[in-house]
Amino acid sequence: MLHLLEKPLEAARPSRRSFLKMSAGALGGLMLALRMPGTARAASNAGDFAQPFVHIRPDNKVIVLIKHLDKGQGTASGLATLVADELDADAAQIETDFAPANVDLYKNLAFGVQGTGGSTAIANSFLQYRTAGAAAKAMLVAAAAGEWDVPAAEVTVSRGVVSHASGKSATFGELAGLAAAQEVPAEPALKKPEDWIYIGKSFARVDVPAKSSGAVGLYGMDHQADNMLVAVLARPPKFGAVPTSFDDAEARKIEGVVDVVSVPSGVAVLATSTWPAINARGLLEVTWDEAVAESRSTAEMAEELAAMTSEKGLPVPGGEGDADGALAQAANVIEVDYAFPFLAHAPMEPLDITVLYDGETATFWTGSQFQTIDQMVTAGVLGLTPDKIAINTTWAGGSFGRRAQPDSHYFAEAALIAKARLEAGNPPQPIKVVWTREDDIKGGYYRPMVAHKARVGFDEDGNVLGWQHRIATKSIMKGTSFEQFMVKDGVDATSVEGIGELPYSMPAFQAEVHNAETAVPVLWWRSVGHTHTGYVAETMMDRLAKQAGEDPLAYRLKHIKHDRLAGVLKLAAEKAGWDKPLPEGRYRGIAAVESFGSFVAEVAEISFREDGTVKVEKVTCAVDCGIPVNPDNIRAQMEGGIGYGLGAVLRNEITLTDGIVDQENFDTYLPIRMTDMPEIDVHIVPSEEAPSGAGEPGTPPIGPAVANAIAAAKDIWITDLPLSKHDLA
Amino acid sequence: MSVTFTLNGTPRTIDADPETPLLWVLRDDLKMTGTKFGCGIAQCGACTVHLDGDPIRSCQTLLEDIEGASITTIEGVNGKAAEAVKAAWSELDVPQCGYCQSGQILAATALLTETPKPTDEDIDYAMDGNVCRCATYARIRKAIHVAADKMEA
Repeated sequence: MLHLLEKPLEAARPSRRSFLKMSAGALGGLMLALRMPGTARAASNAGDFAQPFVHIRPDNKVIVLIKHLDKGQGTASGLATLVADELDADAAQIETDFAPANVDLYKNLAFGVQGTGGSTAIANSFLQYRTAGAAAKAMLVAAAAGEWDVPAAEVTVSRGVVSHASGKSATFGELAGLAAAQEVPAEPALKKPEDWIYIGKSFARVDVPAKSSGAVGLYGMDHQADNMLVAVLARPPKFGAVPTSFDDAEARKIEGVVDVVSVPSGVAVLATSTWPAINARGLLEVTWDEAVAESRSTAEMAEELAAMTSEKGLPVPGGEGDADGALAQAANVIEVDYAFPFLAHAPMEPLDITVLYDGETATFWTGSQFQTIDQMVTAGVLGLTPDKIAINTTWAGGSFGRRAQPDSHYFAEAALIAKARLEAGNPPQPIKVVWTREDDIKGGYYRPMVAHKARVGFDEDGNVLGWQHRIATKSIMKGTSFEQFMVKDGVDATSVEGIGELPYSMPAFQAEVHNAETAVPVLWWRSVGHTHTGYVAETMMDRLAKQAGEDPLAYRLKHIKHDRLAGVLKLAAEKAGWDKPLPEGRYRGIAAVESFGSFVAEVAEISFREDGTVKVEKVTCAVDCGIPVNPDNIRAQMEGGIGYGLGAVLRNEITLTDGIVDQENFDTYLPIRMTDMPEIDVHIVPSEEAPSGAGEPGTPPIGPAVANAIAAAKDIWITDLPLSKHDLA
Repeated sequence: MSVTFTLNGTPRTIDADPETPLLWVLRDDLKMTGTKFGCGIAQCGACTVHLDGDPIRSCQTLLEDIEGASITTIEGVNGKAAEAVKAAWSELDVPQCGYCQSGQILAATALLTETPKPTDEDIDYAMDGNVCRCATYARIRKAIHVAADKMEA
């Protein structure tokens, strides 16, 4: 969906630097003789080969510039794999560095802006990074051919060594300077899949050695600088409240506190280190204006959403037949109401960002996920042009959507604090804004609350005549800068994805949506709309199968529209032994969801603990995400996506009482733990289709697979989450 | 007030508010950022360090509590169990975002030091206090078994 952004943002994006001459060809153009602006590790020194995506240093290191954020999805390793393969590099000589914020060079080709999300990193980079690797290889070969006075066609490259039958050979590092002087081929030949040496096989994760020895200094939270201040904010108790006045007398008594600054999002204590800032924040007395704040409880909000689904909503594109007419004629109608709670992302690393602003330029250090948006928003806040905003993207300790912000609110907040300090006459100084876990859990930007109502009509023989579906939720995109591109005729694509058009054929189907309003800010959460639409569609399919007296797998396969979805269903079922009996006390459920172009089916095998809680014993997963670039990383993402989704399904919800969030930390928003984790068996479908994403698609099927297993066990259909609300003893 | 303790084998004297959590002494005063801030209330284990060999939560351990103690962080942990754990973590590509993994590695190292051949129940007991939001638990479990095999070899 975000590809829709490309054109409108073209006008607003940072002006191109004059020396960056783009050609018409999307991929070739990016490669055309561009000298990189220097980056931290690989400035363009004599003897260096420095192209936008590939740097080769005389010391024989190949540095792949990563345009995406890596927040644990293995993106950096994936992009390095693509370059290393086409370059025929030795895996051991590959390093990565995050690219600077530069939309011309580093835009996500699916978005039109530099940013990461929607499980697009590998998909949009697949040709681009391979082309970059192939071009670099061609230039090394040309350099060697010239140096050795032999035809280029006779020069070969293997595992980082360039050689000729005459016995001459050289490392990449030795040839880097000469290669840099060669013409950049616009359309270098790419390998055939049968010649790939890393793609689809294995390539060591570039970050694992550091992350297996402490990840020292890796994250934004770890950023340290001389003379740095740490800011922690007293944030509004209710969403939409703003500070009107504050008393900082007690806070300023804490040793190490330097200043207290009010910004629209709260009151910031600035101290020489983190602990005094956290301590002093607790001593601030702030008066809030709650005039436009959300003061309702989530129970009231849930009622409002449910009530909306009783009324006709905005039609969602993708329906078929006359669903209303079919229901009017039906002999029987089943009506099922679903309720989904707010969910916090709760990545291990809470938000943090360091800013250094001198009045003319601003530099940030953080795991930026939408570099171009972050640049534009902070430029607006500071009254600068976006090219004056530098972003040093760091590794991120998770995100799950939290760092991908259409309003760049944590960037804006840091910029405003820095601006206030400068305008008060203080010298420029690095300021690190730290969010505590409480700030994270209570801070909003949740997966929205959602209500669904499914109405399915049957004829006298029990055959489905039609399905009318209604959704009520707060739109993620409405009211943001993305609205004009992402919301069409009132329908936010992220509210309805996965259910506007069912993956199963029905005689008639029509979805409608209602946009609810609340001051609680909402955001995409790993797999976005599919977190609820997948649950609803896949538990409804089990209900309909049961109604028809058919096996849930057979029923799905009878109605399924897409061969690749059928493929993963069959594979998961086969590997799980779907047709084999289970040991006593074990129950199975199946679900399959297409999201972000990838197809995932999961079979959950569950048991019940004595206290009635569900223990998911085993999940068998089949995934078809096109050409599997890094198979082991795809397995890891399925494991993680399943665990992340399962944790939420089991017991996560954010609730509000009179506008105040009830949960505070991991003692009240209970994360999935070792003892909750099932055994997970992942099977990857061999494919020659273009690669699609793996970061999100593992998440949607787990909830309905578990719910369907509960239904198989107890004939109880769970229609409101989390499971912890239900007594299953 | 100054507090003297041993940090990764080296005696250190820190002059700071004695009620400062060890986590922030490590991260801010000593600029040792391997020990992570996750929750601040001993619920996630990202800040795990060893105190005289036992895994503890540095966010709930005050500077004044460690006078004379021996503290080991991810930057200094070594020995047979630690090396086996780190090697297994690399071999199985355990980390995803990696933010919790220094705490996981220290918890696993303490487990294997105490119990060189842990059962799944031992792992459940020792590791359930360490949260991983990427849910790398299945690989953590496998890696602990692999590390145990490495120690035996």
